[in-house]
Amino acid sequence: MNATLPRVLHGATGRPLSLAEHQATFAAPVRTSGLFEELEASGLTGRGGGAFPTSRKVSLLRNQRGHGKVVVVNAMEGEPEAHKDRTLLSTNPHLVLDGAEYLAAMIGAKTVAVCVPRDNQTVVHYLKRAIYERTLRTHKGPTFELHAAPWRYVAGEESALVHWLNDNESLPQYRASRTHVLRVGRGPALVDNAETCAHVALIGRFGAAWFREMGTATSPGSALVSLTGAVDRPKVLEVSLGTTLAAILDAGNADRRPQALLTGGYGGTWLAGNHLDVPYANETLGPVGAMVGTGVLVVLPRSGCGLLETKRVVDWMANESARQCGPCAFGLPALAEDLTHLLHARRDGPRVLARLIERCGVIEGRGACRHPDGVVRMVRSALSVFATDIERHAQGSMCEGAKADEHWVTVPSIVHEDELVWQ
Amino acid sequence: MAIKPKAGGFVLRVDPILCDGFGHCHELAPELVQIDEWGYPIIKGTPTPLSDADALESARFAVRGCPRQALRIERTPTSN
Repeated sequence: MNATLPRVLHGATGRPLSLAEHQATFAAPVRTSGLFEELEASGLTGRGGGAFPTSRKVSLLRNQRGHGKVVVVNAMEGEPEAHKDRTLLSTNPHLVLDGAEYLAAMIGAKTVAVCVPRDNQTVVHYLKRAIYERTLRTHKGPTFELHAAPWRYVAGEESALVHWLNDNESLPQYRASRTHVLRVGRGPALVDNAETCAHVALIGRFGAAWFREMGTATSPGSALVSLTGAVDRPKVLEVSLGTTLAAILDAGNADRRPQALLTGGYGGTWLAGNHLDVPYANETLGPVGAMVGTGVLVVLPRSGCGLLETKRVVDWMANESARQCGPCAFGLPALAEDLTHLLHARRDGPRVLARLIERCGVIEGRGACRHPDGVVRMVRSALSVFATDIERHAQGSMCEGAKADEHWVTVPSIVHEDELVWQ
Repeated sequence: MAIKPKAGGFVLRVDPILCDGFGHCHELAPELVQIDEWGYPIIKGTPTPLSDADALESARFAVRGCPRQALRIERTPTSN
């Protein structure tokens, strides 16, 4: 296979490829040894949001003793604006499963648990069929299990997912150290995003050198981008990392002169619209205050109000808190309240703005998971990107976008606290 | 009696899921634990030297006094 896009979305026909079609599209797996070395050389980073080097995670699990190791494929995609994992699973489900199989071989796992949100029955069905096709093979790989977990924002957080597999509760767990190994039952678990697995499958076939033909030196390969907002229709694009944002907007037929972009998802950051020449990769987005994160790009046109969008997202995120940790359970609604106050340009704007900034500092880093940190990061970036607009709101005058109540970020409706399903 | 090590430091750590905001830690170790507007602890993040016997003692009081047993003392190699 040559180094052209699409890679993980190669062979898209509008329906999931069957195992036979999949094997014809991607040359049959050849590499049986040296998989880990190839993965290490490829420099693949996790595509679920954290961008953690996949080989480091694998080597941690390789060095774990114990039976019953598990590979968990995380296709939960709690990010409402992200569609990449479901697109990938509706196109090349076997590529994801191949990658999981390679990862299982690398760490010595006999089970692969594939986790998808249960409200997406189409994807659940596609995976059921794909897993069934695999049981008919003569070559026996690991056992595949399909798990349909409740769809909550934090349910895709790896400790919450493992907690769900163990105790049927999608709640994040407290981990005292960063290198804490998660366990399903007694077996150490390797949790990887579905897109990451698909890249692993391609690296296993075509090698690290091929993988590095695309992307930058520190962020090699391609990545899926969920492009929404001021676009003709929401879409998932596969781009080479290091492509400029302007080129991505062009390719996606989006507004070319946006006011701002929401990068990395609801727990990501706003980026002012004058940074479109920046290459899409963490090392170049970082210095301008943006991130790849979950691969979400929401285009906010000039007519929109950044404060309004931020307030809507924070409202929803506050409700999605698992309500386990005080700073998140009480802090996020407090942030949402301050933002509402500012948005409607009520009295005492400057005082509320100062309180909002102070609360951001108080909340940060004090939850069991990174949910509150993501919200704080998003609010802070809004405060700097939309500074002039927010200042005007604080002084008592609403902008045109806020008055028109135009919505650009898709925020799901807020479920009442009592009806949130965690089990 | 345990021999008190002189080198290194310690930090208090809270399990935020267990913590219910009783606020006992702030009463018992005010020099290490502040409290936010909702009653949850904000713990001093920088290590305190182990040689600071008063701080270590109040940290131990806080750990023992926590109704949810959410606190623990963690040793750090450096003292600041």
